[in-house]
Amino acid sequence: MKSLSIAFIIFTLALLGFSTYQGLVAAPTEATMGDVQRIFYYHVPSAWVAGVCFFVNFLASIAYVLKRGSNADALAAASAEVGVVFATIVLITGPIWARPVWGIWWTWDARLTTTLVLWLIYVSYLILRRFAAGGQTQMLAAVLGIFGFVDVPIVYFSIRWFRTQHPSPVMGGGQDSGLAPPILHAFLWNLLAFTLVGIVLVAMRYRLQKMENQVEEAHAQLALEGGAR
Amino acid sequence: MSSFGVVRATLMKDLRMEWRSKDAINSMLFFSLLVVVIFSFAFNPTAEESRLIAGGLIWVAFLFAAVVALNQTWARELRNQVLDAYRVSPAPPHALFIAKALGNFLFVMVLEILMAPLFVVFYQLRSIGPVWQLVVVALLGTWALVVNGTFFAAMSIRTRNREIMLPLILFPISIPALLAMVDATTMILTGDGTPDFWLKMLLVYDVIFTSVCLLLFESVLNAE
Repeated sequence: MKSLSIAFIIFTLALLGFSTYQGLVAAPTEATMGDVQRIFYYHVPSAWVAGVCFFVNFLASIAYVLKRGSNADALAAASAEVGVVFATIVLITGPIWARPVWGIWWTWDARLTTTLVLWLIYVSYLILRRFAAGGQTQMLAAVLGIFGFVDVPIVYFSIRWFRTQHPSPVMGGGQDSGLAPPILHAFLWNLLAFTLVGIVLVAMRYRLQKMENQVEEAHAQLALEGGAR
Repeated sequence: MSSFGVVRATLMKDLRMEWRSKDAINSMLFFSLLVVVIFSFAFNPTAEESRLIAGGLIWVAFLFAAVVALNQTWARELRNQVLDAYRVSPAPPHALFIAKALGNFLFVMVLEILMAPLFVVFYQLRSIGPVWQLVVVALLGTWALVVNGTFFAAMSIRTRNREIMLPLILFPISIPALLAMVDATTMILTGDGTPDFWLKMLLVYDVIFTSVCLLLFESVLNAE
């Protein structure tokens, strides 16, 4: 089992190296934006991984509320943390790209704002996990995980309406209108590599969380036995 | 006792205690008065400008003030082990939640009624759009803040840094509601467009989150 997971990690790292080569070297330079377009190969896959992580957090939270298994809670904790990391990457790489292309670092457009609010919600989730007292952490976190995910579509629609009502300060980054084959090729490699990296990180964090739980239980057990003596 | 009976008993108890002590309403009133004065210094708006920014000012002031009251909602019950007693009693958990949320809703509505004239005076507000729509925004918006606020207050009293935890988890979730309230209020005050979409948005937000709160409150009450 252990050697299998190590082999998987090595494979993931190799794939990440290959996809980085595809994105930075093999893919052609984009005609209008130049090299800065290459951020796209990191930005979009990170957003994808963050989104999947938050969805996993939502499912794990529901599972915890229904069944109260500590494994579901460990998975929720792991996916929220990894999701916040990738959402942070999205929020950092986005402005770096926007500055030369749009001429501004940030605009309160629907997708940007939704990502930021999403980030805020899951950071508050992590803060709650840190400050909740003892055995209640898991249930409180699971409940907030459900609230957070339910809020996401509402945030998106309200902000989209808010922005279509008011004149938009910049044109939207219209990348969706089809990618050139070599760019798509490099993008898909990166998407695959980032997905695997996300899986590896969540799996490692999940194992760590379970160990933490075991250590905590052992401490509690020890304290009980010490009290009996 | 039926659900309705529990709701009424708990609500009447909270209202009576508030009527005698006036703790929540006094601290909220003074707090929002401070916010009004400080904002006025910070922006120093003319009558025309204040129409544009008043929506934001009013709701941010009420949101901050509501947190003051929400934080006190459960503290008393926790101190006297009422929640433990409630847990072992056969009374339905959602009745307790509804009573607490209704109580907070009434407190914040009273605050808004008392503070509204002050906003009008200090910011020389005159609405161009129909004023009755502002009442609808206030009713829907206040419920949106209070229902989640009451729920999250029940969560945050179980954390180590009680008082500070509530705004940290409440504000991110409330962003769409706040956006709807602020934009609807600005539209009505400036007479620029109809706030129908925002009113529907608030209604949807209220329905969704009231259901989620009712579904999950039992889990929070029994979290150990």
